[in-house]
Amino acid sequence: MALLDIRDLSVNFRVAGGEVAAVRRASFQIDKGETVALVGESGSGKSVTALSVLQLLPYPVASHPSGSITVDGVEMIGASETTLQKIRGNRITMVFQEPMTSLNPVHTVERQVNEVLLLHQGMSTAQARARTLELLHMVGLQEAERRLGAYPHELSGGQRQRVMIAMALANKPDLLIADEPTTAVDVTIQAQLLKLLGELQQKLGMAMLLITHDLGIVRKIAKRVCVMQQGAIVEQGDTAQVFGAPQHPYTKLLLAAEPKGRPPQRPDGARPVMRGTDVKVHFPIKKGVFKRTVAHVKAVDGVSLTVREGHTVGVVGESGSGKTTLGLALLRLLRSQGAIVFAELAIDGLGWRDLRPLRRSMQIVFQDPYGSLSPRLSVGQIIEEGLLVHTGLRDRDERRRVIGQALSEVGLDPETQDRYPHEFSGGQRQRIAIARAMVLKPRFVVLDEPTSALDMSVQAQIVDLLRDLQQKHNLAYLFISHDLRVVRAMADEVIVMRDGRVVESGTAEQVFDHPQTDYTKALMAAAFELDVRYVDAVRT
Amino acid sequence: MSEAVITTTRRTVADDHVFGLRLTPLARRRLRNFRANRRGFWSLVVFAVLFVGSLFAEFIANDRPLLVSFEGRWLVPVLVDYPETRFGGDFETAADYRDPFVRGLIDERGWAVWPAVPFSYRTINYQLSVPAPAPPSVDNWLGTDDQGRDVVARLIYGFRISVLFGLVLTLISSIIGIAAGAWQGYSGGLVDLVFQRFIEIWNGIPVLFLLIILASIIQPSFWMLMGILLLFSWDALVGVVRAEFLRARNFDYVRAARALGVRDAKIMFKHLLPNAMVSTLTFLPFILAGSVTILTSLDFLGFGLPPGSASLGELLNQAKNNLTAPWLGLTAFLSIAVMLVLLIFVGEAVRDAFDPRKNLG
Repeated sequence: MALLDIRDLSVNFRVAGGEVAAVRRASFQIDKGETVALVGESGSGKSVTALSVLQLLPYPVASHPSGSITVDGVEMIGASETTLQKIRGNRITMVFQEPMTSLNPVHTVERQVNEVLLLHQGMSTAQARARTLELLHMVGLQEAERRLGAYPHELSGGQRQRVMIAMALANKPDLLIADEPTTAVDVTIQAQLLKLLGELQQKLGMAMLLITHDLGIVRKIAKRVCVMQQGAIVEQGDTAQVFGAPQHPYTKLLLAAEPKGRPPQRPDGARPVMRGTDVKVHFPIKKGVFKRTVAHVKAVDGVSLTVREGHTVGVVGESGSGKTTLGLALLRLLRSQGAIVFAELAIDGLGWRDLRPLRRSMQIVFQDPYGSLSPRLSVGQIIEEGLLVHTGLRDRDERRRVIGQALSEVGLDPETQDRYPHEFSGGQRQRIAIARAMVLKPRFVVLDEPTSALDMSVQAQIVDLLRDLQQKHNLAYLFISHDLRVVRAMADEVIVMRDGRVVESGTAEQVFDHPQTDYTKALMAAAFELDVRYVDAVRT
Repeated sequence: MSEAVITTTRRTVADDHVFGLRLTPLARRRLRNFRANRRGFWSLVVFAVLFVGSLFAEFIANDRPLLVSFEGRWLVPVLVDYPETRFGGDFETAADYRDPFVRGLIDERGWAVWPAVPFSYRTINYQLSVPAPAPPSVDNWLGTDDQGRDVVARLIYGFRISVLFGLVLTLISSIIGIAAGAWQGYSGGLVDLVFQRFIEIWNGIPVLFLLIILASIIQPSFWMLMGILLLFSWDALVGVVRAEFLRARNFDYVRAARALGVRDAKIMFKHLLPNAMVSTLTFLPFILAGSVTILTSLDFLGFGLPPGSASLGELLNQAKNNLTAPWLGLTAFLSIAVMLVLLIFVGEAVRDAFDPRKNLG
């Protein structure tokens, strides 16, 4: 008998004016010790399926019109609170995506892990402490004894996720549900966590339900895979088989959607558009009553780069390495030191007023398409904002025409300009953000992780769009990303940053195919093979 | 889980217009949420009817007829002063229509239409059969106060001035508060720090004592009182607006606007202010209730509006001085209670309307 048996599961949510089906008749099984991956894009019902296993959905807003979920033959739907308590956090445990919000910020690491032990196993405090230490060692948390008294904010993202896993393992569960466990952490940490999960699973013989949108992870660790689309499981089977010979069109689409390709060959001798020499951004650390500056956080520490017309410079690095700060400094949206030359004009000394006419030639596209569009303005109003500042385009009809043109250039219907951002999907919103930048006909665009918040299939489309626009308008891009696959598809030159400094730089071929430093090698291994190498060069 | 919920709100609704304004989908949802709170919605309706009604107090409670037909001519004493001689009396002064002599003159050669309450707020009823304060009777529905003035009339006029005072005070202090909070939040840093400390010190001043001292030096009028109270009520919204601006000034769409070269003032108005309006509007009914209360309490203490003005606080004070006339106390208490309860209910509904997590109904 399967450990977890889900049959015909449906989940409905009650909303104003009706019900929405989040999961439609999903069925799958997990055997003891087996790893099953649930893949699909955001909104496909992956997390809802996982949450209904433990009956953690907001009932009665959520309901199950059909289906059954059995754990070792025990029915979960409609089970009593006592039955559920025995299974939750004991036989089945969960690890969530966002380790910062899944840990209670006011409790120490020891207390959080202890809680599980005291609640379910009735240990004494001393026993629990010993077991907690053992668990923390097991999940590879360094200096575990010292970290017992640490609060979540004192730990890095990877360390927090390790603590979460320790909590999940405390009661030796039969099934671990991991909901996007590595999405919020850097690639090198991701590789480490995946390795850890694989090892722990082997050692403890537990089954794992892995929820992810990253096909690379599925390929690496899952034995079987279920592909979800709009709440339904459209294909399931052996990972190798599904990936090797996909049957359903959606699976084929997903597999084909990974950003591929290389930037086209560019003619040599293109003019430089943006040149930064020894750019530094230091944030003061102030202490004491009089807020004296005692030290500086060197967010960007002496970076030099040149971006040429029609070329893309990729900036890669882990979070906190200063990538975004560099982009903002080059656009003079942050105070910085060092020479910045834009189109043969030194702009590092210019004031806000003198910069205004230049603003239309240098633009930025942000990572989060939900945060970068004002929810209260229509799409047309969002795009026309720059036009109103920089062109004397007073005629309404003419402006509508220009906005419509910009929208159709990014692949949207010109008539959508009267609608509001919330009516669009993430990918469409990112297109609007791109249209806002492109309508001014800029020469230099900073792309700050423009694909990171998007689903895989949409990422590829946005990459294609950006490449087309670049060719058409001979744009210079500074492409900031932690996703090396996307950078590979976009960049002519690459800068690898760490702690505000350039670790390695060169043409894309050089850096990707023949990395020189251990750090870059570790980054490549983690990103392309999900493998842990050159451990000394990266953080844990 | 939230993803599934979001996708359904994305369905497009046909555009509709309210008072000729095109509503954003967000505004439409808020309006729907407001209406869904039945209690708050009806409180607003009742309050609006009472307030608009009280604006026409002169036509409801007055010591002059609304319309007089005299010798075949139409006269409107409620709007125009006519001398007594107009009706064949002896004096050149304005006619006192409550005088039985003048009434007799009018009834002889025409007729008069009186308002529902034939007293104004300062009309003294000289035809009382018992000494003032007189209990409720057919003439004075809620009795009279200790100077023989009709309580119903004083209630209507008092309600009007209380609400008007509250509205104006709320409006002006909100404008000042929003501007100050916006400036503080957008600037951040030293400006923010200094200004915050200043507000803390300012809040430490005991308002009531200061008002008592001021009232003993100058004779407070409506606007004088407004100015003094404004000194201490403008900071009510500074905190929330400042917080919203501080939070939102680092939003990506604000950064994007800065990257486009949009001016600071424009960014504040177009991108930041709408964020702050949510919390501001949520607070507004409660600030209004507070403003009404402070005027009432000042009137009660005798430091409020000039003597003789109709006010709910003065009515309360009379009730305290005339415990043998319970109709005074009951009227004052009930009217103030009902008014504040209505405002609080409206405030709750507004809060519901702006609650992004509330989408049922």
